[in-house]
Amino acid sequence: MSTKQDLRLAVDIGGTFTDVVLMNDAGLVLSSAKTPTTHVNPSDGAIHGVQRVLEDSGSAIDQIRIFIHGTTLATNALIERRGAKVACVTTEGFRDILEIAYERRYDQYDVMIDKPDLLVPRARCFTVPERMSWQGEVLSRLDTSAIDGLLSQIKQSDATAVAICLLHSYANDEHEVQLRKLLQQHLPDIPISLSSDVSPEAREFDRLCTTIANAYIQPLMAGYLDSLAQQLSLAGLNCPILMITASGGMTTLDTAARLPIRLVESGPAGGAVLAAHIAEQCSADSVLSFDMGGTTAKLCLIDQYRPQQARHFEIARAARFIKGSGMPVRIPVLEMIEIGAGGGSIASVDKLGRLQVGPQSAGSEPGPAAYGKGGTNATVTDADMAMGYLDTERFAEGLLRLDAKANTTALTEEVGAPLKLDAAQAAIGISDIVNENMANAARMHAVESGKDLGDRLMIAFGGNGPLHATRMARGAGVKRILIPPNPGVGSAVGFLYASVSFEIVKSYYTLLEAIELPMLNRFLDSLVDEATNIVSNAAINEPLLNRRVAFMRYQGQGHEIEIELPGRVLTETDIEEVRQRFEAEYRRQYSRPVPGMRIEILNWGISVSTKANRRTANNEQLGVSAAADNVMRLITCDRTGDKVSAQVYERAKLPARQMIDGPALIVEPQTTTLVSSDFTAEIDSQLNILMTRRQG
Amino acid sequence: MNNLDQTKLQVLWNRLLAVVEEQGQALIRAAFSPIVRECGDISAGIFDRHGRMLAQAVTGTPGHINTMAEAVLTLRERIQPQNMKPGNIYVTNDPWIASGHLNDFLLLMPVFHRDVLIGFTSCTSHLVDLGGLGMGPEGSDIYDEGLLIPPCTLVEAGEMNALLMDIVRANSREPVANEGDIYALTACCERGAMRLVEMMDEFDLNELDTLSDYIVNKSKRGCEMAIAEVPNGSYQSSLMVEGYELDVELKATLTVSDHDMLLDFDGTDPCSQKGINVPLNYATAYSVFALRCIVGSDIPNNAGSLAPFRVVAPQGCILNAQAPAPVAMRHTIGQLTPDLVYGCLHQALPDRVPAEGASCMYDLPLRNTPETAQSNGHQFAIELVFNGGTGARPSKDGLSVTAFPSGVWGSQVETTESAAPVLIKKRELRMDSGGAGRYRGGLGQRIELQPSGDDDVLLFLSVERIRFAARGREGGMAGAAGHVSIGVDGEPLPSKGLFRIPANETLIFETPGGGGMGNPQERDPALVASDIRDGLVSEKNAKLDYC
Repeated sequence: MSTKQDLRLAVDIGGTFTDVVLMNDAGLVLSSAKTPTTHVNPSDGAIHGVQRVLEDSGSAIDQIRIFIHGTTLATNALIERRGAKVACVTTEGFRDILEIAYERRYDQYDVMIDKPDLLVPRARCFTVPERMSWQGEVLSRLDTSAIDGLLSQIKQSDATAVAICLLHSYANDEHEVQLRKLLQQHLPDIPISLSSDVSPEAREFDRLCTTIANAYIQPLMAGYLDSLAQQLSLAGLNCPILMITASGGMTTLDTAARLPIRLVESGPAGGAVLAAHIAEQCSADSVLSFDMGGTTAKLCLIDQYRPQQARHFEIARAARFIKGSGMPVRIPVLEMIEIGAGGGSIASVDKLGRLQVGPQSAGSEPGPAAYGKGGTNATVTDADMAMGYLDTERFAEGLLRLDAKANTTALTEEVGAPLKLDAAQAAIGISDIVNENMANAARMHAVESGKDLGDRLMIAFGGNGPLHATRMARGAGVKRILIPPNPGVGSAVGFLYASVSFEIVKSYYTLLEAIELPMLNRFLDSLVDEATNIVSNAAINEPLLNRRVAFMRYQGQGHEIEIELPGRVLTETDIEEVRQRFEAEYRRQYSRPVPGMRIEILNWGISVSTKANRRTANNEQLGVSAAADNVMRLITCDRTGDKVSAQVYERAKLPARQMIDGPALIVEPQTTTLVSSDFTAEIDSQLNILMTRRQG
Repeated sequence: MNNLDQTKLQVLWNRLLAVVEEQGQALIRAAFSPIVRECGDISAGIFDRHGRMLAQAVTGTPGHINTMAEAVLTLRERIQPQNMKPGNIYVTNDPWIASGHLNDFLLLMPVFHRDVLIGFTSCTSHLVDLGGLGMGPEGSDIYDEGLLIPPCTLVEAGEMNALLMDIVRANSREPVANEGDIYALTACCERGAMRLVEMMDEFDLNELDTLSDYIVNKSKRGCEMAIAEVPNGSYQSSLMVEGYELDVELKATLTVSDHDMLLDFDGTDPCSQKGINVPLNYATAYSVFALRCIVGSDIPNNAGSLAPFRVVAPQGCILNAQAPAPVAMRHTIGQLTPDLVYGCLHQALPDRVPAEGASCMYDLPLRNTPETAQSNGHQFAIELVFNGGTGARPSKDGLSVTAFPSGVWGSQVETTESAAPVLIKKRELRMDSGGAGRYRGGLGQRIELQPSGDDDVLLFLSVERIRFAARGREGGMAGAAGHVSIGVDGEPLPSKGLFRIPANETLIFETPGGGGMGNPQERDPALVASDIRDGLVSEKNAKLDYC
């Protein structure tokens, strides 16, 4: 192996494991490592993993040309409430934006709910006299005589970070900028986040929450990023470090330290980027990515090789994943739905005799009963084991020997007894319910996005994705499934395919028929300039793409449809084209456009990015052309519940173009693919497993 | 039916629940009426061929619970299954069939599978305007309130009934939005029907009856078990409300037997002359919702889970208004029925029921004046939604500024100001408005709003609890009453009527606080201290109430 080649390295720090993947210039994965995450100082674990892959492949650190990093640190700090003590400053008369929120309960029938904890108690909510109109005109000037009082309130509150969110600052940020300047003179060590900077969109509650969340994790993330950069530099790294963002792009350390809220959920985003990359490789223009791990399953819709984007995300939802029970954040994210359904999801029977699975998870300690570590809960993994899908000797790279007795006991006692089922029947019940839950969530998600599932290719990965793909697909009406190589470290592999990018969404209200083109073009160009500045810091001399969208609706509606605009200055003739695009999209989603309605636009989005890394691995050389071992195993058919004999294949030995009829199991170190009896599998030229549901 | 079938049946049940949510989402996303798209004032359901409700979307407000289950039975009876054809959809907005006032349209679509009628999908939502005097209490009978459409065919073999759409358009101030909302309802029914047929094919089913028996029986048994845990007895309560021209007393007797509950509004005062009367279907919806929050709340709504709860009332009382009584603002009093019901249920389950809350929405419908329209000024109509505090819970404080029992969302200041010529000068919690108690009632809020232009603005007020504050329980104190005035020193306005906000004046709009629970002296001093620190309770009031 040449020691001169340029390398790309990805580090994904998750809650349990830190994954590191090293790729060469030709797009071939040279080495990957899974090491335990070091929670006290996460950079230690990262550096350990980096050293391992370098040693393993005989490479040197100075060969790395690009270092890509994603971390759950930001997300975890928010979930575990380990951030700064934030004080917030709003316009006088509006101290209770947080407390008032949308005035709603997230659970209609539960009179005992608690409102989400939004990080800042009322005692640290302060106000300042000033006022903008919704068009950005100054109605009353920022009252500088009130600053002294505000300063002493902030000091007395012991705040370690400040979030400023003044009314209508998305339309005019003058007062926010002025206020930051005035506060900073006296509070030089306290980081200040401005809402006009973090999330310049109308709706004060969401904007304030986003600004608070940013301020909350800023000291922690800035410190971590700084220390990581220093340690890596000491170790000899001499290339830029790029951070994966929630939207699946990459940004510089500087931007990440200023807007750390953009780093949340970057791990799952990596998975979606991987799926998008594979989708393009095999020209699948409409895809559902399905990433199922130990605790949750993540789903993302991918059209034309672009994961679906969203502008809204909720942090730390209450235990039951209920919408509205978390803290809303408005940042560009990949639109994903996360369901409490994973290998560790616990099955139970309620007092009506209804079988429930998840969202509580047995985690990894003690984990499912089958782990034999003292867990008594019957989980999804227990059901999979009882159905014969797991290799008891070689589970988790052989590190864990599955315990059949504990497995049967849990299934019998926790689920079988209350329902008068034996362990085998209980297992089928759990399997049916968890897969139906995921399929329902997938269908709902598609509906909320105005999309259909039927003709999509499902790309499944994560520790449990390949095992549940056929069962979940059947319920969701999906007929084709693809399992990529290395499905266990999918997110980190995905990082290597991300592009450098930055997105901005900003409010600017206009009726479509009344657009003032010169003003709009100036507005959009200024956003593009701002994003270009950020991107070119990390992508010197690379050609940049820019994408512009408008969020449109009929006047009077509440939900917007995203419509792509030409990536250039708009002219009169574009307006009619945009209207037609909107109506076509509306017809697609709601069967008929509404005649005679005016169309309005509230928000505009731009994104500037480099072209994605399209280097394609030539995986074929890894495949060994050997026939399958003639191993058979008795498994439970997931369709009929009958015992059937299934062929067991080693994935590493399967050559391209091999055909496999279900029922069968394809085994690899980190996971197993179940080919159900109504599916046929084929190994494609990239060594993906492609499964197709047979008709009838 | 063997045991294994049970889990399959449950999978099918879960599927139906997902389909109704899908229907609900489709409806909300395509809706024009603000109260629908921002506040989810909708319902969507799936029914078997007998008209038994199998699943209902939890999205939306409780105003349609039970109402829809009954409405579909009525409509099915009127149209008759043998007259129904594939691709047809039927409609009505008759308040006594659909949902209590003319604005609520109910659609019913028969679902055919392999040429056999197997069930129905249905949905309801609120249309912006149907002519008449519109959304306000000023009507003297139903004819004043706008257009009533008796049960008829809206869609025939996939084609819209053009004449009916013309009539709806011709009778509305918002013809285009109405049409858009009817399209949204149609899409919702069609979506549900399509998904139901897909499910039948996927699982190779020929009929729904087995599934429907399973759902209905299981749910009924579940609710009966939950009712069995409530001590038998007859529990009475009463509630004073402000009405329009006279104070009104609401009365209820809740009779709990081994397996069912009967709620009787006997003794309740007669109807008002104005449009605040409540048809029984709407009063039932909110009453049963209140009971279901406490009794068997984890069992989904369907014909089985609703069967053990019965509501009756003497004809002509304000909670059982008969045609042609005016009913446009039936929600103002209708949303207070949970407090009435909890007054009864609390006697049976003292540790499970919250204190009284603000309960009725403090909505703020604003419109331009006729002169503004004549002089080509800024014409607008907006219905802002604000809420007060909920009652303290048995082991927790009430929620400040939170909708209950309705499920509406409040308005955001920034979007409000961009949508209508108003400037909101203040929106903050009202200190000391939560009723004192071992657990404190939720706080109300104070809103200060003024016209942002040079024109006056009209206010169509219909609220409650201006004079009758939310009462506490078990020694807890009442929450603060609501207060509405024009100008800081203006006379308090009555709870209902049409008022004018002069261009240079400020509307003061204070929502009520919730009642407290338990003796205030028993409140944890640490909680009293943190309430003072957070500015929710003043030191003065803390001394008065908690020491």
